[in-house]
Amino acid sequence: MTSMSDQAHTRLHKLAFRRRLVHFLGSMELAITLLLTLAIASVIGTVLQQNQPYTDYVIKFGPFWFEVFEKLGLYDVYSAVWFLAILALLVVSTTVCVVRNAPAMVRDIWQLRTQVQKKSLRLMQHHAEWSAPQSVSAITPVYQQQLKAQGFRSRLTEKNGAVLISAMRGGMNRLGYLFTHIAIVVICIGGLMDSNMPLKIAEWQGKLKIETRDLAIRDIPAESRLPVSDLAFRGSVSIPEGRGAEVAFLPVRDGYLLQALPFRIEVEDFRIEHYSNGQPKSFESDLLIHDPDRESPLAETISVNHPLIYKGHAIYQASFGDGGSKLSIEAWPLDTRIGEQPVSLDTKVFANSELRWGDTTLKLEMTNFRPFNINADPTEADPDNIRNFGPSIGYKLRAPTGEAREFENYMLPVPRDGREFYLSGVRNSPAEEFAYLYLPVDENGELDKFVAFSDALRDADKTERVANAMMRDALSVLPDKDPQLENNLQSTLETLIKMFMRGGFDEVRNFVENELPEVDRDNLAPAYLGMLREMLARMYFTEIVPDANPEDPEQVQFLQDAVDAIGSLPRYGSPVFLKLIDYEHIQSTGLQIAKAPGKNTVYFGCLLLVVGVFLLFYLPQRRIWLWLEADGNGSKVLMAGTSNRNPREFDAVFVSQQQMLASINGNSVGSDKT
Amino acid sequence: MISTESTQKSQLSNWWWPLLLFLATIGILAGYHSVLDVYETSILIMTAVAMGFLGHFWPAFRWHSIAVAVLSLTALQLYGADLGRADSNFWLQYLLSSQSALMWMSALFLAATVTYFTGLWRRSDYLEKIGTVLTWTATTFGMTGLMVRWRETHMMGEDIGYIPVSNLYEVFILFAVVTALLYLFYERRYQTRKLGGFVLLVISAAVFFQLWYMFERNAHEIQPLVPALQSYWMKIHVPANFIGYGAFAMAAMIGVAYLLVAWRHEKNPASSWVQAMPSLSLMDDVMYKSIALGFAFFTVATILGALWAAEAWGGYWSWDPKETWALIVWLNYAAWLHMRMTKGWSGVPMAWWAIVGLFVTLFAFLGVNMFLSGLHSYGTL
Repeated sequence: MTSMSDQAHTRLHKLAFRRRLVHFLGSMELAITLLLTLAIASVIGTVLQQNQPYTDYVIKFGPFWFEVFEKLGLYDVYSAVWFLAILALLVVSTTVCVVRNAPAMVRDIWQLRTQVQKKSLRLMQHHAEWSAPQSVSAITPVYQQQLKAQGFRSRLTEKNGAVLISAMRGGMNRLGYLFTHIAIVVICIGGLMDSNMPLKIAEWQGKLKIETRDLAIRDIPAESRLPVSDLAFRGSVSIPEGRGAEVAFLPVRDGYLLQALPFRIEVEDFRIEHYSNGQPKSFESDLLIHDPDRESPLAETISVNHPLIYKGHAIYQASFGDGGSKLSIEAWPLDTRIGEQPVSLDTKVFANSELRWGDTTLKLEMTNFRPFNINADPTEADPDNIRNFGPSIGYKLRAPTGEAREFENYMLPVPRDGREFYLSGVRNSPAEEFAYLYLPVDENGELDKFVAFSDALRDADKTERVANAMMRDALSVLPDKDPQLENNLQSTLETLIKMFMRGGFDEVRNFVENELPEVDRDNLAPAYLGMLREMLARMYFTEIVPDANPEDPEQVQFLQDAVDAIGSLPRYGSPVFLKLIDYEHIQSTGLQIAKAPGKNTVYFGCLLLVVGVFLLFYLPQRRIWLWLEADGNGSKVLMAGTSNRNPREFDAVFVSQQQMLASINGNSVGSDKT
Repeated sequence: MISTESTQKSQLSNWWWPLLLFLATIGILAGYHSVLDVYETSILIMTAVAMGFLGHFWPAFRWHSIAVAVLSLTALQLYGADLGRADSNFWLQYLLSSQSALMWMSALFLAATVTYFTGLWRRSDYLEKIGTVLTWTATTFGMTGLMVRWRETHMMGEDIGYIPVSNLYEVFILFAVVTALLYLFYERRYQTRKLGGFVLLVISAAVFFQLWYMFERNAHEIQPLVPALQSYWMKIHVPANFIGYGAFAMAAMIGVAYLLVAWRHEKNPASSWVQAMPSLSLMDDVMYKSIALGFAFFTVATILGALWAAEAWGGYWSWDPKETWALIVWLNYAAWLHMRMTKGWSGVPMAWWAIVGLFVTLFAFLGVNMFLSGLHSYGTL
């Protein structure tokens, strides 16, 4: 007995709990809370840039907070479990709401409330009474006709001795409620179809592994590959002109997955068109789609805003880049240890080669090529002086230790203060600004003279010869020969040149600062630097341009520029200057490839939403009742009305309806509005 | 006899507006069919239909449209094919080139704001009527400025022309014009001019920003469109959005008026200012109507944005900051409307909420461009 009653009790309890749960899920409080929670949660992903490389986040937040934020899924908030849970709860809440209210709403679309009592009509905010000379049976069809003309549907009911006309207009307003709320559910379902949920589930099950290494396509393991399927995806692939691809990379957190495509995309050509002011006007790719199901490939040009839709895959023009442009380069030695003559080198963007410099081997990684640089002078502060600086290459020189310096060289000499220079930017990390080396160009527009000068300064014999000559000239004023002094001076001069070549003027200054007795420094520093300048000038005018007039301002200027350049070579950190001779520009087009099977579902939901919103706001549901009773030969009329929207407007509507009905027989009794 | 005549007259007044629109549409199609694609033709026809309805319910709108058309066509006539006439022709230089027209718009909006408030302060119906006239004139100049600028973009170069709703400067003008039109509609509908100053205050703020943006940043210079914006979607997505923004802004300003009146009313119900202002229930109603209208158009605009994104960005939804903030705005007003329609909240809390809503909207409109980076970065400060 007891157990029976206990069971019944539990069942009752369960029932009550279920009812309470449904009540809670369908409650307006929950719905509004969810709307606002979702709004606030959405802010996170807009403030914190999503799906950046994880190293960036580590730098930004430090290792501790990086870990915390990662656990919370903040780097991809909109696929975080807790975010999806809020969305799911919103969908459940909306569904419960719709299911609970739908029957009444649907009924309300059609039902003309015929169960009302005279008393309740009198209690309505809008009601009026008047007398009509016609009998009830005579006036009823007239009123019904009139209401019909105003767009009201009506029905007659006999109410012991009285007649009730129940009329309604705008019942579709209720559809507005249903449409808007169903739309939310439909849109979320469509969105779910296009989400990466299946991938997440496969990842949890261990069937998929996010690849984070930079691998060639053929080296990507099977567990990071996705076969052709009906599932949604959104990925991208970069294809050089003349090449093709049948995969797309799907970015996932800090790595990617490889999605196979049921066709092969070949890129014939990529074009950028420009407005007359140099701004880009269009990005276009000529594509060929090779599909085993087709007899001949499909040729199609896509551009921004004009994607190609093929077999449910939308192919978008998303970006562009270098596709491995072919580059002919001359490596001009800046250091005799690497050679004395320029060496030709054929390479490609993204290709690696090796440079040998003394004992060390440097890895040369070509990273970029730009056919033109329409920008402000990179070495000037003035951002408004925009012009075309011609082609440029970007590369990295990587030491065996793994450290790399990044370089940016311009193909054409850049004019500056009336002279011309080859420009080469260098920096140690992408975070830094480029520092520029100016290599002076000789009369032939070449680097020969500069390189010859720099070679000469490294040449021990030439240095000795020039030092000897300078020493003799300097000591010629002395009456006696002093071999000791001669030797000392000669070796000092040679050392100065060596120091200069090792570390520029700074090296000489450091030497004076650190090695010489303090008392002599003030005198010796200018003397040493003077001697060095004299040596450099002698080297230039004896070894490089023996026929030139040392007073020639152009020669003096070149010498100055060359000395400045050589002085900064130690900071430049490269044994060669890579000079671009010729190029074949090969671009690559960045395609975004997306498959969204839920798209039409979402669009259908959107249509429902729009129709629903307008029905809800702009089609008020209005009801009018006419209670007719015999009154002698005539009849007494009680009219009442309600509107579920715009009560203010309904004031006027009711009065005009009432006046029209009442005036049918010439009677007009003022409306009674409480 | 008399009744027939009046019927004829009313028939004529019913028909001349759609007829005029029909002829204008035919004229545009005849002149430009070769450069209009099917989408642009549809947009043209839909614009004519929308204007037909609007003019049907709101006769003043017809005269506004006609004034804009006459002024714009005059400007086009004066321009010919020479953009340089903006500085040499007297009428263009001082009245009708887009820059001049927009300057007039700015000055008139500021004048209207002052006039409305002065009228409210001095309880002068006459001044308030002047306020309405000034607002109408400002709106007409603003719309004319946009129309003429549209033509000017085409005169910059054969391939440059675009509808001037593509950057922050242009949409600020659109915002001012749309908000003013919405206000004027409700002004007539509710037969009160007392709210004019409040709504015009937010328009004046937009005008000040636009002037600063122009003088400090040369934002008014016409720049060709980036490829992502070259789409017919822009013609419907942006205006729909700004009906939303304008309506939300108006609701917030009425919220301000509501709170002031409610506050004064509590202190002194007999205060003559409280008596002069519209009733609290009326303001509450306009606020609701405005948010409902804004919400409907903002919904449409966001969906249009999604459709466009599906074509331009490779997906109808990317959780881009602009998209996400549009969603946040939408969710916020959805919550507002639920509170109002099903919970029956009204009055002071809803007025506060409407004001908070304006800040959320403002962030979606401006803040995203200023502080966040994303795909939708077409206007920067």
